[in-house]
Amino acid sequence: MMPDLLVHGLYIAYVLGFLLGLATIFTWVERKQSAVMADRIGANRAYLRIPFTQVKLVWWGLFHGIADGLKMIFKENFTPATYDRFCYNLAPWLASVPVLLVFAVVPFGGEVTPGRFFEPGSAAAEFFGDRSWRMQIAALDAGILFVLAISGVGILGTMLAGWSSNNKFSMLGAARAASQMISYEVAMGLALIAVVVTYGTVDLNDMVLWQQQAAWGILVQPVAFLLFLTASIAENKRIPFDLPECESELISGYFTEYTSMKMGLFLLSEFIEIVVISALVVTLFLGGYTLPFLRPEGFVLPGGATWELSHFAVVVLQVLTFTAKVFVVGCFQIGIRWTLPRFRYDQLMDLGWKFLLPLAALNLVVTAVVRWWTL
Amino acid sequence: MSGRPAKKQYWNEPELGLWERLYIFEIVRGLSITGGVFFRNMWKWVTGRKGALTAYYPEEVRADYSPNNRGRHVLTQRPDGKVQCVACNMCATACPAYCIEIEAAIDPTDGAHPKSPARFEIDYSRCIFCGFCVEACPEDAIRMVKDTPDLPGFDRDVMWGRKDLLMLWHPLADPRKRYPPAPEPTTEVREP
Repeated sequence: MMPDLLVHGLYIAYVLGFLLGLATIFTWVERKQSAVMADRIGANRAYLRIPFTQVKLVWWGLFHGIADGLKMIFKENFTPATYDRFCYNLAPWLASVPVLLVFAVVPFGGEVTPGRFFEPGSAAAEFFGDRSWRMQIAALDAGILFVLAISGVGILGTMLAGWSSNNKFSMLGAARAASQMISYEVAMGLALIAVVVTYGTVDLNDMVLWQQQAAWGILVQPVAFLLFLTASIAENKRIPFDLPECESELISGYFTEYTSMKMGLFLLSEFIEIVVISALVVTLFLGGYTLPFLRPEGFVLPGGATWELSHFAVVVLQVLTFTAKVFVVGCFQIGIRWTLPRFRYDQLMDLGWKFLLPLAALNLVVTAVVRWWTL
Repeated sequence: MSGRPAKKQYWNEPELGLWERLYIFEIVRGLSITGGVFFRNMWKWVTGRKGALTAYYPEEVRADYSPNNRGRHVLTQRPDGKVQCVACNMCATACPAYCIEIEAAIDPTDGAHPKSPARFEIDYSRCIFCGFCVEACPEDAIRMVKDTPDLPGFDRDVMWGRKDLLMLWHPLADPRKRYPPAPEPTTEVREP
């Protein structure tokens, strides 16, 4: 009981720090990467001054995220004259909490046996015993179903935000967001079913282990990878799918009437969602926390050569591998965002219903047939 | 009601082949263009060179500034280091942006130039860099040089060009405009 509490408390603290920290870093990456892609320098003026000295730490503009957050927190909480008080205040939470919740089932490391970190016979080793935990907040059997169910709740926050603001721009943005997210959720679900058929499980950790045994999902299911990535970027409402927020027509879409940290929650949840989408892509298609040839006892190369590693080193290596993969996929998403122009709304719907959905269905049929013959 | 209206034809209607219509390959092409630029610039940054076309504004003077660029004012000096300005207020009168403020001071020991500015300030948040002050000056006391004022800061105080900042000019550094000859010394000293 007590070891369980301790381990899961540590997991939750780590995951919250991981999500928020990486989301903040991605705001910096977005600024800097877009700048470098466009022959610019990028934001580099915010600094931390070491107290009582004139030493200013700039660190390539890394502190602009902190400056943004402080600005959001200290701004006046302006609200429209007529609005639905309850829904208006609920909406940012409904938009941001599901994004955080989805990560609960994502494994960010393999099995960990904390008792093996300590000297055998010491008090800490006695406390943890021989038990091992999966590095996952909630080791659910129904992992992928949980992901789909919870990410669907995010639509409610968007719709409520637009409706309760009592503003036509917000309403339009919310209507667009709702139809877009529902359309792309269908394609995403179908793409994921093909993945489930391939792996033969809905448990995310088992999927990672399957990929370690056989091959990475991107090699087995390349079409599902593309479909899932496209649909998730559309779910996240970022360019090229940012119709709900498009600044040029709808001011800021469904969160036009939000100010201060309420708007900050919408913006932050967008960046947290980049991290979550990257984590899902990594888990489903890029081998999750595993490295090639990395086994729980160390590196086992195909020639028979082995490089023994301690349990602690393996755990740290797995966590770092996961973080690095998530970072790279997130940078790729930001690259897409700064490369592609936006869709027109009818093109968006055409792409969703007439291209992605049939492709996902076809992919599912082909996968099912192949699976039938190879099973 | 005859169904959908006829689609409007534009003169620059893009002609897409099957390859472009498949979209995914064009995405890959676009990503490789932006990614190529990214990695090329990143390699420059990593190897200690500058991977951007833009300039750091106040720290770096752009290489393509004209030698005649009128970016910042300087107050010229006499050989003894005193300011050449006699606080006649003609530049402030000529200024179309009303951004020059001069407060005069008197030095009775200097018979040739008893009047000088105690305070000479240019509000760079208003200045339009027209150069009229330079043309209006009868004493060649104000000139404009190539570099730019150091404007960015955290309050509006930095937007004021003060006298000590404006007196950074050294006559030897400006060979195209000769330094005015030293005035004849006068013996007469007027009492205030």
